[in-house]
Amino acid sequence: MGNIESSLLNIGYLETLSYQQTPLHRLDPRAKLLTTLVFIVAVVSFGKYEITGLLPFVIYPVVLIAVGNLPPGYLAKKILLAAPFAFFIGIFNPLLDRAVMVHLGPIGISGGWVSFGSIMIRFTLTVSAAFILIAGTGLNAVCLGLDKLGAPRSFVMQLLFLYRYIFVLTDETLRLARARALRSFQGRGMGFKVFCSMIGQLLLRTLDRARRIHLAMLSRGFDGRIHLLRPLHLHYGDVVFCLGWSALFVLLRLYNVSQWWGNWVMGLIK
Amino acid sequence: MSHHIIEVDDLHYSYPDGTQVLKGVSFRVTHGEKVALVGANGAGKSTLLLQFNGCLLPEAGRVRIGEMPVTRKTLTHVRRTVGLIFQDPDDQLFMPLVYDDVAFGPLNLGLSPEEVDRQVMQALAAVGAVHLKDRPPYHLSGGEKRAVAIAAVLSLAPAILVMDEPSSNLDPKTRRQLIELLKSFEHSLIVATHDLDLVLDLCPRTLVLKEGRIAADGPTREIMADETLLASCNLEKPLRLQGCPVCHPA
Repeated sequence: MGNIESSLLNIGYLETLSYQQTPLHRLDPRAKLLTTLVFIVAVVSFGKYEITGLLPFVIYPVVLIAVGNLPPGYLAKKILLAAPFAFFIGIFNPLLDRAVMVHLGPIGISGGWVSFGSIMIRFTLTVSAAFILIAGTGLNAVCLGLDKLGAPRSFVMQLLFLYRYIFVLTDETLRLARARALRSFQGRGMGFKVFCSMIGQLLLRTLDRARRIHLAMLSRGFDGRIHLLRPLHLHYGDVVFCLGWSALFVLLRLYNVSQWWGNWVMGLIK
Repeated sequence: MSHHIIEVDDLHYSYPDGTQVLKGVSFRVTHGEKVALVGANGAGKSTLLLQFNGCLLPEAGRVRIGEMPVTRKTLTHVRRTVGLIFQDPDDQLFMPLVYDDVAFGPLNLGLSPEEVDRQVMQALAAVGAVHLKDRPPYHLSGGEKRAVAIAAVLSLAPAILVMDEPSSNLDPKTRRQLIELLKSFEHSLIVATHDLDLVLDLCPRTLVLKEGRIAADGPTREIMADETLLASCNLEKPLRLQGCPVCHPA
């Protein structure tokens, strides 16, 4: 219970981070959204066994965290929280793909381990970019950007409503859970049966609330379309940000900078 | 202005499951009147409120707003005239930021952006919430949420305000501020509430609803003095009209 509570507070903290005034926060949400998208596509499009080519991409999250005054420790914790998903996607690779691919001195590393490493690096890069987008922009502004970029309105609205009511819903869930915990003694009453009826309760309450929200919308002239009034202005800096980073990502995708760097250093040593 | 009038005539309503809630309610509220709607839990107060702006439509009888009967065809006009403020502000504040929420109604009316902005800022100023405009509603206190919910309805410039339990969940000082705010409005006002002290402060006239019928309709002072009536409707004399327990211990 305490866990749900604290992780919820953490979502709130992500939102608080987005209220800062830094060069990153001042950028147009569309610029950040597009840049993040290009970043993710570039990272994901690498081959299965790629590791060295991925490493230079770290520059993007690192620079943004520095410019946007975001707490790296907090973001790292968030990423760890989501890590099990990627971990279980990749963990069977070393079992299935045992052909040795790389020799690090006497140790042979199988293709499975290499691809597993590649998945984890990709995961870290893409998820951190997404968190930085939210922490540096705020989900509401991201949605507004999506809307202006032509994403389907109903999808954007779903996202906004989800974000608006997830707090209300978790509050309600917490109250239910607390009410049960307070009247359960020695583990009695904590069983599955009670849990099922609680879920049912929650569903009914949610439906009721949805009905009331709909009435409130109708009462104020809702006719099936939600209008948003917030002008966005693209500035010179936004365009430079978006194009500059995108160009860098394309370069990093096409040319393996790590390898060049390695060859150059080796050349110096020789 | 005739559209400030609400006229309810022999109104019947039952829910789809067959429960009959309103069994012939009639009354008339005129321009600028402040009227309280009181009654036991389940007497039909909230159902009646939802009839005023056509969220529910009558089964028999009719509701008129000004000259216009509330029907499917007149909904747009009716909803612009009657502003309904819900009991739980969380149901009403559904947009991401306070500003968006207050702008929701005016934008639906198709006003120009400048006009919308003017209406929104005016409504926020009326409830003293201009400083909250860029905040997400979730992070507001109970009193702030209530104020913003009122602004969200005021921005439509309604002629009649209808409120469900406006003072619930407010601390005493916030409740006092709300009463002062509502007093300052020139709108016709219908308030459904259990807070009889608020009624005493705000509404010269009271309607008592009992089991789907009007049990009494008259000056608040008279109704609040009628202890048999109050008791029969699960109500109690407002605390202010009861003897002081310190000066006159029972």
